[in-house]
Amino acid sequence: MTTSTRSAGSAAGNTLRRGRRRPVESIVQVLLVAAALVSIVTTVGIIIALANPTIEFFQQVSIVEFFTGTSWTPTFLQKAYGVLPLVSATIVVTVIALVIAVPIGLGSAIYLAEYAKPGTRKVLKPVVELLAGVPTVVYGFVALFALNPLLQKWWPTENGPGFQNLLIAGIAMGIMIVPTIASISEDAMSSVPRSLREGAYALASTKMQVSTRVVVPAAISGIVAAVVLGISRAVGETMIVTIAGGLTSDRVVFNPLEGAATMTAFIANISSGDIPVGSLDYDSVFAVGALLFLITFALNAVSIRMVRRFREVYE
Amino acid sequence: MSTPTLTPTRPDPSAPGAALTQRRSRPGELAFRVAMQSCLAVAFGVLASLLGWVLIKGWNRLDSRLWTEMPTGLTSRLDTAGVQSALVGTVWIISLVAVICLPIGVLSAIYLEEYANNTRWYNRLLELNIQNLAGVPSIIFGILGLGIIARTLGLGFTVITAAIVLSLLVLPVVIIASREAIRAVPQSIRQASYALGATKWQTVSRQVLPSAVPGIATGSILALSRAIGEAAPLLVLGAVTFITFNPDGLDSAYTALPIQIFTFIARSQSEYTELAAGAIVLLLTIVLAMNSIAIFVRNRFEKRW
Amino acid sequence: MSIRDVSAAASPPENESEVTTVNPDTTSRPAVNIAGVQPAAGHQPRPTTPVMELSGVSVYYGAYEAVRGTSMPIQEKQITAMIGPSGCGKSTILRSLNRMNDLIPGARVTGSVTYHGQDLYAKEVDPIEVRRRIGMVFQKPNPFPKSIYDNVAYGPRVTGMKVANMDDLVEKALRDAALWDEVKDKLKTSGLSLSGGQQQRLCIARTIAVKPEIILMDEPCSALDPIATAKIEDLMFELSNDYTIVIVTHNMQQAARVSHYTSFFTAEVDEKQERHGRLVEFSPTGKLFTNPTDKRTEDYITGRFG
Repeated sequence: MTTSTRSAGSAAGNTLRRGRRRPVESIVQVLLVAAALVSIVTTVGIIIALANPTIEFFQQVSIVEFFTGTSWTPTFLQKAYGVLPLVSATIVVTVIALVIAVPIGLGSAIYLAEYAKPGTRKVLKPVVELLAGVPTVVYGFVALFALNPLLQKWWPTENGPGFQNLLIAGIAMGIMIVPTIASISEDAMSSVPRSLREGAYALASTKMQVSTRVVVPAAISGIVAAVVLGISRAVGETMIVTIAGGLTSDRVVFNPLEGAATMTAFIANISSGDIPVGSLDYDSVFAVGALLFLITFALNAVSIRMVRRFREVYE
Repeated sequence: MSTPTLTPTRPDPSAPGAALTQRRSRPGELAFRVAMQSCLAVAFGVLASLLGWVLIKGWNRLDSRLWTEMPTGLTSRLDTAGVQSALVGTVWIISLVAVICLPIGVLSAIYLEEYANNTRWYNRLLELNIQNLAGVPSIIFGILGLGIIARTLGLGFTVITAAIVLSLLVLPVVIIASREAIRAVPQSIRQASYALGATKWQTVSRQVLPSAVPGIATGSILALSRAIGEAAPLLVLGAVTFITFNPDGLDSAYTALPIQIFTFIARSQSEYTELAAGAIVLLLTIVLAMNSIAIFVRNRFEKRW
Repeated sequence: MSIRDVSAAASPPENESEVTTVNPDTTSRPAVNIAGVQPAAGHQPRPTTPVMELSGVSVYYGAYEAVRGTSMPIQEKQITAMIGPSGCGKSTILRSLNRMNDLIPGARVTGSVTYHGQDLYAKEVDPIEVRRRIGMVFQKPNPFPKSIYDNVAYGPRVTGMKVANMDDLVEKALRDAALWDEVKDKLKTSGLSLSGGQQQRLCIARTIAVKPEIILMDEPCSALDPIATAKIEDLMFELSNDYTIVIVTHNMQQAARVSHYTSFFTAEVDEKQERHGRLVEFSPTGKLFTNPTDKRTEDYITGRFG
C-alpha cells in the first residue's frame, strides 16, 4: 500500500541541510516581537507624556513649593502649587478604604479557604470575582446618592458629613476593593500545601489555630501583595473620589467629614474642563500625574516582589 | 493511674485511655468562625443591597427609552431621554479594543511563553514592565492619550483615541491571562509535536493555542468587560458632553456609557439621578453578563491534564 | 555520597524482586540465570551497518556535565537498548539523537553524533529535518487532545508530506502500530479517550506515520501495565523489520527480551561530588546479559549493584 511519495527508505541518507525555507517562521517571529514591544512603547509613551509638561511645570514652580506648599489652587486667581492637600486627601481616603477592606477581605478569604465546604466555595469564589468587575462609576454613584444620605441621617449634628466627603468616598472605595483583597488572599491561602495544615492538625490544633498560626503566616507574602494591590487601586482610583470625595484643595484637610480633592480627582476635574494647552494649569495636571505614577510604581514594585516570593515558596 | 481512690475525681483528660467523647467547649473557635463568616456575609450583603438600591432607583427608566433615545442636557426633555449614543459609542469602542488589543495581547503572551529566553535581561524587563503596567492607574493612561495620542499624534478626542487608550489599559490583563493559559498546556504536547518534525510555529498554532483557547477567552472577556466600565481615562480625553448623535466613524466624537453616567450624576436634578441609575443597570447587565460568561468558560472548559 | 548510596537509592523497584531470586552464589558464576532472562537473552543481531555513530558525546545543562564521553553505534534495523539506574544519563543521550535537547534552555552537546555520516549538530543542519527522520515516543503516552485520526495525520500535515490519500496513510500507520482493529470504528473520538496502552500505541502510530528512519523510545512502557507492555514489546520487534529502534528502559528484562544490542550506563560521582552519567559497556544483548565484560555491568544485571 503506497500512500505517500516518500518511503522510509528514500529518506535514508538524504541531506539534513536546511533545504526548505520557512518564511512563515521568520514572519511570525517579527510579529511576536513587535507585539511584545507595544507594552514597552506604552511605558515609554507614558513617561514622555508626563515628562515634558512636568519639566515645564517645574521651570515655573519650585520643587520645594510643590512638595511643601499646603495650598493647591491652580484655577484660582491667587495661584498656589503646593501638592500636599491632594496627597493628604489621597492618604485619608486610602486609609479609610483599607480599614474597611483589609479585615473584611481577609476574613472572607479565611472563610472561603478554610471553612467553606467545597461546594459552597465553588459557588462563592466566582461571585467574589464577579463583584470585582463592578465599574467604579457605580460605586461613586451609590456613595453619593445611597450611602451618604444614610451617613447624614445617622450623624445629624451641625458639623456632620457634607454633600461630598472623604469618609463616604473611603467607605465606597473600601467596599470596592474587598473583592480584590479577598480573591487574591484566598488564592494565596489555597496554595498553602495541605501537608502543612495536616501537620498542624496532627498536633491537635483547632481550626482557628491552623488558620491563624499556620495558613495566614504561610500565605503572608500573598496577603501582603493583595493589600498592597488594594492600596495601589485606592490611590489610583478616580471615579469614586471625583463624584463623592469633594473638590477642596486650597488647604490640607484631615477631617474625613469634609470634602477634598485627591490627586486623581484633581486630574479628572481640571482636565475634563477646557484648559489651554501649554498653560501652567495644563502642565500641573501632568506634574500631579507624574507624582501619582511614581507612587503607584513604588507600590507595584513592592507587590510584584511579594507575589514572586510566595510563588517561589510553593510553586 | 490505676491506683484506686475513694473520692470520685474528674478523670484526667490527658490520661491514656481517657474518653475521647468529652468535648471541650471552645467558645473562641465558634466566635472566630462566625466572625469570618460574617465578613463574607457583610461583603456580599452590602454589595447586594447597593446593587438592589440602584435597581429600584432606576426602575422607572428601565424601558426601551433607554436605548432608543438620545441623552439630553435640557431638563424639559428629560422624559424622552435615553443613552443610545452612549451605548452605541461603547459598542464602537469595545469592538475596536477587541480588534486592537486581543491580537497584540495574545501575540505578546506567545512571545513571552514560547519564544523569549527569560535568562536575557530584556525579556525579564519586558515581563516586569507588563506587571507594572497592570498596576498603573487608569487615569494615567488617560494622560498618555491626552498628551501623546490626541495631541502629538493628532488623533484628537475621537473614537479611535479612546479605543487605543483603553486597549493599552487592558493589554496587560490579556497578556497575563493568556500567558497563564499557554503555560498550563503540558510540555509533553509540545515535545510530541516537535518529535514529529513540526516547526515551532506549527507547534504553537496547532497544539498550544487550541488547548489554551478557553483560558485566553476568559482573560479576553474579562479585559473587555473592564474596558467597558472604565470612565477615568475617557474623562481626561474630553468625553464629557451631551452627545446626541451616534458615532459614524473612527474620527467621530463620542460618548460612552460610564462617561454618560458620570455626566448625569454631575447634574443635580433627581430625574438625572434616575436616568443615571437606569443607565447603571444597563452597564452592569452588560459587564456582569460578560464576566459570568468568562468565569463559566473558565470553569467549564478548564482542562485537567 | 558514595556511588553505592546513589545507585542503591536510584535502583528501580523492579530489580528488587530479582535480587531476592538471584542465587547468592552468582559471584562465582557467570550471571546466566537471572530471573526472567532466558539464557539466550536478546535477539540474535543481524549483521548490518550503523546508521548513527556517537563518538565522545557529552551533554551539558549549563555548566553541569550530565553525561560524559559516550561512544557507540546504532545499527540499522536493529533494536538498541539503553539500560542503567535512574540519573545515569540514558534519556539525556537518547534526546541528543534527534536534537530534542535543543528545546531545553542551556543544554549543549559536545562530541559528534553522525547520521549516515552527517554531523547532526553541524551548523547547517535543520533540527526539524532531523526530527522528521528520527522520531520519538515518550515515557508517558502524550496523544494530542485531538481525534485519533488527527493525531496520526498531524505529522504528515505539518511536515508537508505529499500524501495521495490520508485515510490510507492513517489506516496503514494504525495497522502497523497494531491498533487499527481496536479503533477503526471510532477514529473521530479523542485520542485521550483510549486506555494507557492504546494511547502509547497511538503515539507509535503517530510517529511511524511520518515514515521516520529511526524511532527513539524513552521508557515507553514505564506507565503501562504488564499486558499493555507485552503488546508494545511485540510491536517493537515487529517494527524492527522496517525501522531502527533505540529504546531507553529501566527494566533489564525488557531490554533482554526485545533488543539486539544493549548499552549499559551508570552514574559516577567525581571529586567535586557531582554526578555524571557514563556509558560502561555496549555489546550484543546476549553477550551483555550472559557474559558482560565489565564488572559493574555484571553487578547491575545480577542485581547486586555497586
